[in-house]
Amino acid sequence: MTDFSTANRSMPPPPSRMRRTGGVKRALLRWLLFAGLGVFALFYLMPLFVMLTTSLKSLEEIRTGSLVALPRTVTFDAWHTAWSQACSGIKCEGLRPYFMNSVLIAVPAVAISTMIGALNGYVVAHWRFRGANIIFSLMLFGCFIPFQVVLLPMARMLGLMGLAGTIPGLIFVHVIYGIGFTTLFFRNYYVSVPGELVKAAKVDGAGFLRIFWSIFLPLSLPIFVVTIIWQFTQIWNDFLFGVSFSQAGTQPVTVALNNIVNSTTGVKEYNVDMAAAIIAALPTLLVYVVAGKYFIRGLTAGSVKG
Amino acid sequence: MTRWLEHHLPKAVLAPSFLAVLVFVYGFIGWTAWVSLTRSKLMPRYEIDGFGQFVRLFASPRWDTAFGNLFIFGLLFVVISLVLGLLLAILLDQRIRVEGVIRTIYLYPMALSLIVTGTAWKWVLNPGLGLEAVVRGWGFENFRFDWLVNSDMAIYTVVIAGVWQASGFVMALFLAGLRSVDQEIIRAAEVDGIPTYRIYSAIIIPSMAPIFMSAFIVLTHLAIKSFDLVIALTGGGPGYATDLPATYMYAMAFSRGDIGQAAASAMVMMAVVFAIVVPYLYSELRPRHD
Repeated sequence: MTDFSTANRSMPPPPSRMRRTGGVKRALLRWLLFAGLGVFALFYLMPLFVMLTTSLKSLEEIRTGSLVALPRTVTFDAWHTAWSQACSGIKCEGLRPYFMNSVLIAVPAVAISTMIGALNGYVVAHWRFRGANIIFSLMLFGCFIPFQVVLLPMARMLGLMGLAGTIPGLIFVHVIYGIGFTTLFFRNYYVSVPGELVKAAKVDGAGFLRIFWSIFLPLSLPIFVVTIIWQFTQIWNDFLFGVSFSQAGTQPVTVALNNIVNSTTGVKEYNVDMAAAIIAALPTLLVYVVAGKYFIRGLTAGSVKG
Repeated sequence: MTRWLEHHLPKAVLAPSFLAVLVFVYGFIGWTAWVSLTRSKLMPRYEIDGFGQFVRLFASPRWDTAFGNLFIFGLLFVVISLVLGLLLAILLDQRIRVEGVIRTIYLYPMALSLIVTGTAWKWVLNPGLGLEAVVRGWGFENFRFDWLVNSDMAIYTVVIAGVWQASGFVMALFLAGLRSVDQEIIRAAEVDGIPTYRIYSAIIIPSMAPIFMSAFIVLTHLAIKSFDLVIALTGGGPGYATDLPATYMYAMAFSRGDIGQAAASAMVMMAVVFAIVVPYLYSELRPRHD
């Protein structure tokens, strides 16, 4: 479903009739096609280009020069400031501590929700018991709720648990609202493992955990990659939970970025804003560049079955 | 004993997640629903008072704007992303050698946080120094592109940034769909000399109805939840011009201290999502004959 393989499209050249009448027309269409593709590529690349060049300019050059011009003199001052000095709110420590917060939130939350999802998916796909289907449906629906509907009670609950404004609190929230998706991913993947395999293993005396460990886990590398990438992207890019359930020292990088950009004190430093935005985006961009195939598979797995 | 344990282990594995979902999804929805029917203000109160909060909500001009914006933004965002995504997928489907590179370029925004997207577009659309200044620099002195600070037009900047972020994703969905159409039929049509646009409009696109559906669901869902983008791009402004239900809810809950209004607006969001997602989930989960 999510394979873009063009193997089955290596067709013979189109029938000669078309070629004879339309040589020029075809060339023209081809040219138009590439022009169109190029224009759209520019549209998608432009903001990234502008961010990058702006982050490398001095404020002086930003004010006098053009948005789309390359920097006359390249300076990394803005990157320095964004990383370790930019002010968000009253503190001026740059993005660094918040970047670390995001790491501290994302790594455990991704690990825990993925492991839970693997086990859940295994149960839902191969150890059906009465009510399992309903449970799965209920969990699936949980993926689709607008989180605004749980913000208020969750804020109170975190308070009661003593986790309000803490990093463990944010990990907890991300795990809770992540398991719906991780379960779905693993369930859809494990469904394609033949039930006979499980039955045969049972006959041989293997139990629930043994079958998971020695049959399912060895098959699971691709779906682990897909799920980990999906969860990491979701959690790293999260803003709503981060802004609702954190406090001054525990904000994730997205919240700090927004605070830096919208901080009203002092001169507006656009180059610092852009450098900060790129820093906040780097981890997920890197994942996308390195493992784009799995990233796409996660995106589509959430929406298309099979 | 071990047999009994073995027999119940699958249930025991699923139980904590089930319990968590029951409490943190359904219990919490129940709590919010309950509070939306009370006179809660700064602190929740639990005496049911009827639909006063909803009456107040729909009488509020700010909510009026936010709810209206949801439909303007949602409709444009979904329709433009669908059309653009399909167009890009068809363009990319023409056996192009650099397809991989172009696909990567079209899709990368989806990996970004909406806060980053909002920050980037806020800068690009900055009237003083952004695109407006660029075009003026090219000699069009009277060019105006101040949507970001124009309360009638600001909501459309959210549409632009949203489409920029999500259309590549729609393209990926459609491209995968295009590739799964039976190639024999297409080849037969090509041999018969049927023009390419007819092949697309009569054969390929109709066969992708389920993908339209999925893309539509994902996009509407994104539109209803979109909160980050507005916060980063316009902050809901100028004034309340680009408020969405999500930002209204957040403002009531965390800065205005009006828990009753926050709960009521969250329930309306929930109802909208419900109306769209439930029929879809129902059709997805219906047992199939296979």
